[in-house]
Amino acid sequence: MIDINIRGRVGRLDIVAQFEGRGGVTSLFGQSGAGKTTVTNMIAGLATPSSGHISVNGTVLFDADKGIDLPIQKRRIGHVFQDARLFPHLSVRANLTYARWAGRRSGTRDFDEVIDLLGLKDLLGRKPETLSGGERQRVAIGRALLSGPRLLIMDEPLANLDHARRNDILPYLDRLCIEAGIPIIYVSHSIEEVTRLSNTLVLLSEGRTQAYGPVAEMLAREDLVRVTGHREASALLSGTVSRIDAAWGLAHVDIGGPELQIPGLAAAPGDAVRLRILARDVALAVVPPEGLSIRNALPATIESISGEAGPYAEILCSLAGQTIRARITRASVSDLGLKPGMAVTALIKSVSIDRGQSTLAPPVSGET
Amino acid sequence: MDFFHLQPAEWQALVLTLKVAAAALLVALPLAVLVAYLLARYRFPGHGIVNALVHMPLVLPPVVTGYLLLLAFGRKGPVGTFLSETFGISFAFNWTGAALAAGVMAFPLMVRPIRISFEAVDPKLEAAAKSLGAHRVIAFLTVTLPLAVPGILGGAILGFAKAMGEFGATITFVSNIPGETRTLALALYTATQTPSGDLAAFRLTLIAAVVAFAALIASEVFARRLRGRIGGDHD
Repeated sequence: MIDINIRGRVGRLDIVAQFEGRGGVTSLFGQSGAGKTTVTNMIAGLATPSSGHISVNGTVLFDADKGIDLPIQKRRIGHVFQDARLFPHLSVRANLTYARWAGRRSGTRDFDEVIDLLGLKDLLGRKPETLSGGERQRVAIGRALLSGPRLLIMDEPLANLDHARRNDILPYLDRLCIEAGIPIIYVSHSIEEVTRLSNTLVLLSEGRTQAYGPVAEMLAREDLVRVTGHREASALLSGTVSRIDAAWGLAHVDIGGPELQIPGLAAAPGDAVRLRILARDVALAVVPPEGLSIRNALPATIESISGEAGPYAEILCSLAGQTIRARITRASVSDLGLKPGMAVTALIKSVSIDRGQSTLAPPVSGET
Repeated sequence: MDFFHLQPAEWQALVLTLKVAAAALLVALPLAVLVAYLLARYRFPGHGIVNALVHMPLVLPPVVTGYLLLLAFGRKGPVGTFLSETFGISFAFNWTGAALAAGVMAFPLMVRPIRISFEAVDPKLEAAAKSLGAHRVIAFLTVTLPLAVPGILGGAILGFAKAMGEFGATITFVSNIPGETRTLALALYTATQTPSGDLAAFRLTLIAAVVAFAALIASEVFARRLRGRIGGDHD
C-alpha cells in the first residue's frame, strides 16, 4: 500500500501528485516531461516536496506537517534508474552486494534467488562496461532488490533499450512483478509496458496526476486516449485459460462467460491472462453476422459513444461485465443507428490478440 | 669515479628534501582532496573566495608567500606564538617549516586535477549509493573517491614534484640552514654561490633529475595498473 500526496516545484514544473497503490505494480504513465521522474525522485528522497506526505505500507517517509523527511539512505526504496547507474569500478557481484557491505543492509532476500530470478549467474565476474544495456538494467534491478527495499521504483528501465533488448528483458520483469513481494512503482511512457505489467495506473500530465485506478478502468478513459493517441487506444480484458486446442493452435480464454479464441498464446489451462485489445481491431455488427473468418464475435452492449469531430467515433461496450473499446467511423455509427444501450456483436480480429499485445500478467487487483 | 660519490652534505640535502616533500604531501593531500570535493560538488557562499585563496600561492611571487608565512607562523607571528605556547610546536627555521612552505606552495597544484576528476564523476552515482543504504561519507569513500583516484594520483605527483623543488617561499620563511632547511634546491643555489661549487651543483642537478624521472615512471606504472583495475581495458 503506497499513499502519495505531494506538491512541490522543481525547475519550471509544478508537481501536484496524489495517488494510492493497493499493492502489486503501480504505473506512473505520461508523456516525456510530464514530471514522472520528478515525482519518483520526491518519493525516493532525491528531491523534496514543499508539502504533503509519502507513506509506504504504513511507514511515513515524508510528512511536511509533522516535519518528517527521511534521508535517502533511510527510506529503503530500491531505485532502478533509467541509466542503470552501476558503479563502474566494481564488478557485477560487488555492485549487487553493495547494499550489504556499504549500506549495512542485511537484506531479507536471498542472493541466489535474485540471481536466478534475473538470470545474472554468468555476469557476476564482469565489469559494468562490458554489459549490454539489457544486462545492465537487470543488474540494476537485482542490486535494488538485494538492498531489502520496502518499495521498488523502476524509472523507465527500458527507455534506453532497442526493441529486441526490450523483449529480452520483459519476461524478467513479468516474473519480477509477480514474485517481488513488495509494491513496485513503474514509470513509463509506453502504454504497452504499462498495461502488460501494472495493476494500478496513474495518469500524469504537466506535473499533475490526472487520475488513477485499476488499469482496465483507466484504459477506458477518454483523457488517457488523449495521451496515448488514438492509434494506441485499447481496452484490457482479464480472463482464465479454459483449454488449449493444440490441433488448431488456439487457446480458449474464459472472460467471465463467453470465450475468446487466441492463437499462439503460450499458456496452460487455469492461467490468468490479460488481453489488450486495440480499439482499431474491434468492429461492431447490429445483427450477428454469419460466414465470417473472424472467430471472436461476442454479444456486447453499447455504453457510450464519443467523437464529435473527425471521421472516427470511440465506442465503449460492456462485454461479460468488462469493457471493450471499438473505433469505427462516425458514418457507420450514423448508418447503423448505434446508440447507448443497444445490443451489438463485437467482432474481434483474432490476430490482434497475440503474444505481442497480450501477455501473462497478474490479475488486476481491486477489480471485482 | 669520485664524481658519483655523494658528499655527506649532498646526502643530507637529498634525504631532507624527500622528508620535507613527503611530509608536505602527507598533510596537504587529504586537505586538498577535501577542498577539491567541496569546490567540485557544492555551491556555498564564499565559494569564489575559497577558490581564489587556494590558488593564491600559484600567482603570488613565492617570496611573498614565504614572507606571509613568516609573518603568521614566525616566532613573533600570531599563529606561531599561539602554536608554540599551546602545543610547543614551532615552524620557525626548522624542517617542519620547510614542509609547511612546500605544502602551501604545492596545494593549488594538487587541488586542481583532483577537483577536475571529482567533477568528472557523475554525482548521480552517489545518489544511487545512498539509495542502497550507504551513508554519504561511505558513499563518498566507496564510489566517488575510488573513481577519482587517477586525478588524485596526478595531483599527488604534481604536488610532490612542486614540494621537492620549492625554493622561494622556503628560503624566505625558514632560511637556508644546512641539515635543517637546506633542501636540494637550496643546496644547489648555495653551490652556485660558492666559487668552487660547479661540480657539486652539477651533481645536485643530476640527483634532482634522477629523482624526478623515477617519480614520473613510478606514477605512470601505478596509473596504468590502476586503470586496469578500475575499468577501461577489461574483457
